[in-house]
Amino acid sequence: MTSVLGSPRLRREDPALLTGEARFVDDLQISGVLHARIVRSPMAHARITSIDTTAARAVPGVVEVLTGADVKSAFENPLPCAWPVTEDMKHPEHWPLAIDEVRYAGEGVAVVLAETREAARDAADEVIVQYDGLPVVLDLEAATAGGDLVHADMGTNNSYTWALIPDPDSVDAAFAAAAHTVKERYVQQRLIPMAMEPRGIVVVPEPFGGQFTIYSSTQIPHILKIMLGITCGLPEQKLRVVAPSVGGGFGSKLNVYAEEALCLALAARTRRPIRWVEERGENSTATIQGRGMIQDIELAADANGKITAVRVHLLADMGAYLQLVTPGIPLLGAFLYHGVYDIPAYSFTCTGVFTNKTPTDAYRGAGRPEATYAIERAVDALARRLDVDPAELRRRNFIQTFPYESAAGLVFDSGAYDGAMDRALDLAGYDALRKEQEERRRDNDTTLLGIGFSSYVEMCGLAPSRVLASLRYGAGGWESATVRLLPTGKVQAITGSAPHGQGHETSWSMIVADRLGVDPDDVEILHSDTAISPLGLDTYGSRSASVGGTALAMACDKVLDKAKLIAAHQMEAAPEDLEFVGGEFRVKGTPSKTMALGAVAFEAFKAHDLPDGVEPNLEAQLTWDPPNFTFPFGTHIAVVEIDTQTGAVALRRYVAVDDCGNQINPLIVDGQVHGGVAQGIAQALWEEAVYDDDGNLLTSTLVDYLVPSAAELPSYVTDHTVTPSPTNLLGVKGIGEAGTIAATPAVINAVIDALTPLGITTIDMPASPQRVWSAIQEANMQRSGQ
Amino acid sequence: MRISMTVNGARQEHDVEPRTLLVQFLRESCGLTGTKVGCDTSSCGACTILVGGESVKSCTMFSAQADGADIMTIEGLANGDQLHPVQQAFHENHGLQCGYCTAGMVMATVSLLDEIPNPSERDVRLGLEGNLCRCTGYHNIVKSVLAAAETMGGAK
Repeated sequence: MTSVLGSPRLRREDPALLTGEARFVDDLQISGVLHARIVRSPMAHARITSIDTTAARAVPGVVEVLTGADVKSAFENPLPCAWPVTEDMKHPEHWPLAIDEVRYAGEGVAVVLAETREAARDAADEVIVQYDGLPVVLDLEAATAGGDLVHADMGTNNSYTWALIPDPDSVDAAFAAAAHTVKERYVQQRLIPMAMEPRGIVVVPEPFGGQFTIYSSTQIPHILKIMLGITCGLPEQKLRVVAPSVGGGFGSKLNVYAEEALCLALAARTRRPIRWVEERGENSTATIQGRGMIQDIELAADANGKITAVRVHLLADMGAYLQLVTPGIPLLGAFLYHGVYDIPAYSFTCTGVFTNKTPTDAYRGAGRPEATYAIERAVDALARRLDVDPAELRRRNFIQTFPYESAAGLVFDSGAYDGAMDRALDLAGYDALRKEQEERRRDNDTTLLGIGFSSYVEMCGLAPSRVLASLRYGAGGWESATVRLLPTGKVQAITGSAPHGQGHETSWSMIVADRLGVDPDDVEILHSDTAISPLGLDTYGSRSASVGGTALAMACDKVLDKAKLIAAHQMEAAPEDLEFVGGEFRVKGTPSKTMALGAVAFEAFKAHDLPDGVEPNLEAQLTWDPPNFTFPFGTHIAVVEIDTQTGAVALRRYVAVDDCGNQINPLIVDGQVHGGVAQGIAQALWEEAVYDDDGNLLTSTLVDYLVPSAAELPSYVTDHTVTPSPTNLLGVKGIGEAGTIAATPAVINAVIDALTPLGITTIDMPASPQRVWSAIQEANMQRSGQ
Repeated sequence: MRISMTVNGARQEHDVEPRTLLVQFLRESCGLTGTKVGCDTSSCGACTILVGGESVKSCTMFSAQADGADIMTIEGLANGDQLHPVQQAFHENHGLQCGYCTAGMVMATVSLLDEIPNPSERDVRLGLEGNLCRCTGYHNIVKSVLAAAETMGGAK
């Protein structure tokens, strides 16, 4: 029997989604529901001097109009930040609705409850809020230096400074002895995650017993349940969180939001179901943004281009408040600023800075795209300095032996970096491209060719709980799984990993089918409802397969251990004489004597003749805490053409060679790469959350914020190498974020590669036509001595 | 005001406020929630449906403007359990992940293939420009559309 694992099995999630039958939060039809509408601040920083709700209350259909002060007593705690990265981290109180002062445009100041959405909307327009403007803090460098403050009572805009400098002397010595150094500054612009489904929440108070069912478009139903209990002061056992179909997250739904706590509090107050569904224009300010950093990176290298030290300092934009894991995002990249290179001396510091903008938090890759961008651009800068081919310089510095203990303190599980590079060069047709590039340059072609590399490694499989403890994260990184054989031989498997588009049901059914020797169609995957799946730590950080999938495989093995005892008893054999092959137990050496797993399940259910001490039924729950991260890697190559007359950048070819260890379903793996690459390209070329000098977001709609369409993007060339992870049973590593991590530096390196002959060595993101055109004009002027 | 139209072959007659958008009418009055709302600027295309056989973003029309029209939504596309060739192609080519843009993407594709039965990759990319997807990077959507064109016998 060939293994179902590794086969491109079509997704079982698809039919419901393709026919419109799948239900997202906004599709739930709940009778008697009250519609909530949030009144949001148009000011980035201001004192609230008065809120007049009289006219709003007079709108027909309005039930309640409440301000921040009105609802504060409904909360036992402010909104949570689960990652106090340092002992002295400044952590301002963050209430679901602002009280007295607003600190970013879009912050909620009041809520309207009405019988219809239209009435709620009309009434929200009638809430009259008077503001007294305060100085607006927007610039990271100015903010960190002091002056105007986002939170006056804290006396500083700096939330924390976190350092990872295992051996400071070695770094100083390496720079002192360096034959070459490069010193670069990069800006990670703020990005808006823009999941296609905006957020939504419906809270239903159950008729008796004080229970609440909370439907949320969340990535983290389990974490949300805990945090809502703590925030609202409601007993956790009375809360049930359900994430129905969730329309993408990319980190933006990995949070505990004001509206979630507010709707729960309002449902408790009114004893009626409360519904809030975000509009796109709200989403861009009310949902977290990503990135937002200034990165200073220095490399030291010897005469041969062997890099001897890396030194990094970040200013990370927290926004106005700390959301669930805001301060920890830079730490997820903190260990990876040496990239795929064997660099013996390491120094990283990061200062988290408050600004009067929407809070930042996890956005696809979360810390690791930023790290990869910085090291990959810096390596290209070094290659230009040395006049060495960027592929060659990378090879000289690749980590070669595994497990590899990095200077930053991680142990890389496995890797084969040259192999991915070889394959990518091959697929790109590298030598021919360089030749064409030369010819275009020689011919003064107005279309220049650029070839950009990105060799990346990421730490996935978040995360070993002890490591999280050392980073002061507030929880663990385990995952839970339950496997249950039903009397008819069918299987239910419960996972704590809650999907939002990744296809867990398909992949997980394949893992269980492989392990138990059953048909994947006979395996039902249950998830995303805390009443069905009470234990879990949800989906983020490319953790699902390596932590949740492994937990599931191990739960299968635990079921088989028990099944073996029952089968041995039935077959009148010793358990150690049995083997499990192709879905049945066999007596070793007597292949004719078998008992199928389904038959064992029925015996376990009947319980008429079980061995002494063995409980009826066949079910196992297991929680797995990974011993290490996993370290997927790869090399991506972007090929761009730049029209030097317009500054327009066109992607001609994109090659992605990724190694995520063993693959469960290559169809899904490639899909993850495609989507991730598109998001990474989008950061490089199009997307930016732009604020004006008053702190207003200018890119709050999909008209202004350039999420690419099919017309802007090419088809991608994808391939894989396979280097299994030795740290989990399945040998898997993770693929959800790889594309986003790799693509951004590949594209920008390609842009700079194209423009290098003009004397251009840097460009900020997004590399818009205007920005590229301006850089070309400036370079031309400099060359002509003006 | 009271309006009526044919939706997926069935007559739908409901009272609406004049400001009710067609997408709200479909989702709220008709209970057909397969059509999604992804933005408020007619940019994302998640609400794409067919009005008189042509693709329309149903957030760009008041429901009253569709009074008397013949509408098809994603719920009307499959024939029982038999997926429409476009739906089938999206399934077979992994042309969807979270599925939120899918209804609009599929309906836009049906209309696109009606206009251009044998499209090039460029035709597909330009033809779906008004439909945003955040998950797939479009690679497999384009593949799905080209595959659907082939199974629908698009070769002219």
